[in-house]
Amino acid sequence: MRKFTTFTGVAAPMPAQNIDTDKVIPARFLKTIERKGLGKHLFNDMRYNTDGTEKEGFILNQPAYRNAEVLVVGDNFGCGSSREHAPWALSDFGVKCLIGTDFADIFFNNSSKNGMLLIKLPKPIVDALMEDAKLGANARLTIDLEAQEITRPNGEVVKFEVDPFKRHSLLNGLDDIGLTFKNKEDITSYESKDGSSRPWMPSLAAE
Amino acid sequence: MPRTLFEKIWDAHTIVDRDDGQTLLAVDWHFCHEGSFHGFNALTEAKLPVRRPERTLGMADHYVPTTSRDLNAIDNPEIRSVVDQFYANTERFGVRMLGIEDKDHGIVHVVGPEQGISQPGLIIVCGDSHTSTHGAMGAMAFGIGASEVAHVFATQTLWQARPKAMRVTVAGALQAGVAAKDVILAIIRQIGAGGALGHAIEYDGSVIRGLSMEGRMTVCNMSIEAGARAGMIAPDKTTFDYLKGRPGAPDPADWPAAEAFWRGLQSDPDATFDTTVRLDGGLLEPMATWGTSPEEGAAVSGRAPDPREIDDADRRAQFQGSLDYMGLNGGVAIADIPIDRAFIGSCTNGRIEDLRAAAAIAKGRQAKVPAIVAPGSMPVKRQAEAEGLDRIFNDAGFEWRESGCSMCVGINGDLAAPGEHVASTSNRNFKGRQGQGARTHLMSPASAAAAALQGRIGDVRDFAPRAL
Repeated sequence: MRKFTTFTGVAAPMPAQNIDTDKVIPARFLKTIERKGLGKHLFNDMRYNTDGTEKEGFILNQPAYRNAEVLVVGDNFGCGSSREHAPWALSDFGVKCLIGTDFADIFFNNSSKNGMLLIKLPKPIVDALMEDAKLGANARLTIDLEAQEITRPNGEVVKFEVDPFKRHSLLNGLDDIGLTFKNKEDITSYESKDGSSRPWMPSLAAE
Repeated sequence: MPRTLFEKIWDAHTIVDRDDGQTLLAVDWHFCHEGSFHGFNALTEAKLPVRRPERTLGMADHYVPTTSRDLNAIDNPEIRSVVDQFYANTERFGVRMLGIEDKDHGIVHVVGPEQGISQPGLIIVCGDSHTSTHGAMGAMAFGIGASEVAHVFATQTLWQARPKAMRVTVAGALQAGVAAKDVILAIIRQIGAGGALGHAIEYDGSVIRGLSMEGRMTVCNMSIEAGARAGMIAPDKTTFDYLKGRPGAPDPADWPAAEAFWRGLQSDPDATFDTTVRLDGGLLEPMATWGTSPEEGAAVSGRAPDPREIDDADRRAQFQGSLDYMGLNGGVAIADIPIDRAFIGSCTNGRIEDLRAAAAIAKGRQAKVPAIVAPGSMPVKRQAEAEGLDRIFNDAGFEWRESGCSMCVGINGDLAAPGEHVASTSNRNFKGRQGQGARTHLMSPASAAAAALQGRIGDVRDFAPRAL
């Protein structure tokens, strides 16, 4: 996983509630087994007309937001399908950070495993950042995960909370599986106890 | 200290608690489908095996055709490639896989309980958000993403933050014509699509207790549509009766010990929940969604909201956006919404009881619009055929298909045309879910059958169910 480093980038406002992962990347684009290249289909049906031309009104089609690296989003962003193509598409487009009041659980976990930072903040602060994000080319936020700070276009600093382990993993680009193997003995010991306590568990070993 | 059902299962599966609140949980069953290529690729890259293939089961359900049991029927080369890789990966890693040619094939969330593999007290995960279905067995079951699939393959564990506990009580008794699907649609309408974010739901109350296992699975299946991490129902006699004799159920010699253990899987009487929700089941009516979020539903006797009457600007804009996509006027009577197509099936409503409920409405009547019925599994299909349901559907003009996810997710090419209104027993009415521009109305199997007969949503209670 790539390391998360401090950056300053354009933030785009997406205030709608319940933006589901089918909207982030429709199912017909799940036929690829590649993680790269999904960015061109990000928000496909919100972003393009059926003839492939861009929808003028869509935020990421507007000149100021074409290279947005931050999305300030409405409640429950990422709800629905567990498809990890959603963070893959966001990441491939260039999005590094999402800010909202709350995110769907599975999407939240999937994103952090792909080097993206999801920041949860109280509604009044998200509302203020949403206003910042409407400033077009001036909608620039600095995201500093080390210091847990967002610097607004007016220079004001907003602190945020983040799970310390996720922070550590993001900053160092650490992979979960390698870390979990540090607990291999605990896992083995659990498994041996479990085997004897529930003798009725069937085995599905391939024949 | 008194504990909830969810806490008991969580504690029993805790391997390590970390200072930051993350717990390393042991996974009992890992179900995987064609979307697992990333997980298998990650194993290959790291040169790791599947840690516990005997606790892993593969199911080809998302990408496979429902028109044939032959992989050569897949004409899209990309889809074919995804399916082929799944067959090859499961074989290479020693994971048992139910392909479309298997007699036990089906949608993963239908097959687990049907085979008696999904049992009370287990932790079950799958790279699919509707994994919460298995919670109906009294298990803690939840969907995970592709990176987590890789993690479970490699370690048979998962790091998770402990969710909060929510109890949803549905009291009273349901009126005739009201199904489990109507119950869960009413719950989601009440608490919202994000209403259970961060929570594991336990459903209880006389209505839930009175549901069959199939009905309970329908309810737990859609927990994710309220944002919940998981949904579950404490096991009882209904659960034990359902499990007994299934292939994966305990042998007679082990059964008493297993049942004694399962009987302890109840929330303690004085256990506390972070959030409680209550519905009066007697007030519920058949439901249908009018919008593009599962929370945008109404009783079929009611109307879609009129945005002009809504004060909150955000909500007004949300409703207007949904109505525009759906091609509906604010305030339209739900029963009057036209229907162009019907889909009966999915992990929400593809079980035998669902097909019986739809057949009882369709019997001796004629569909006005194209309709397909895709059984949730091949055992469901055989059972239905043994009961003559396939003939009832065929005679009524409903197309009888093979098992698979089909029009619920639309990956395999089973789609509706732009602008079409679909009466669907699936779980998501998101924009474009059943095809670009397609308009999905979620409802129960009986309601979907009634809608197909009328070419509009109507009210299923206008049709007397016929004896099968």
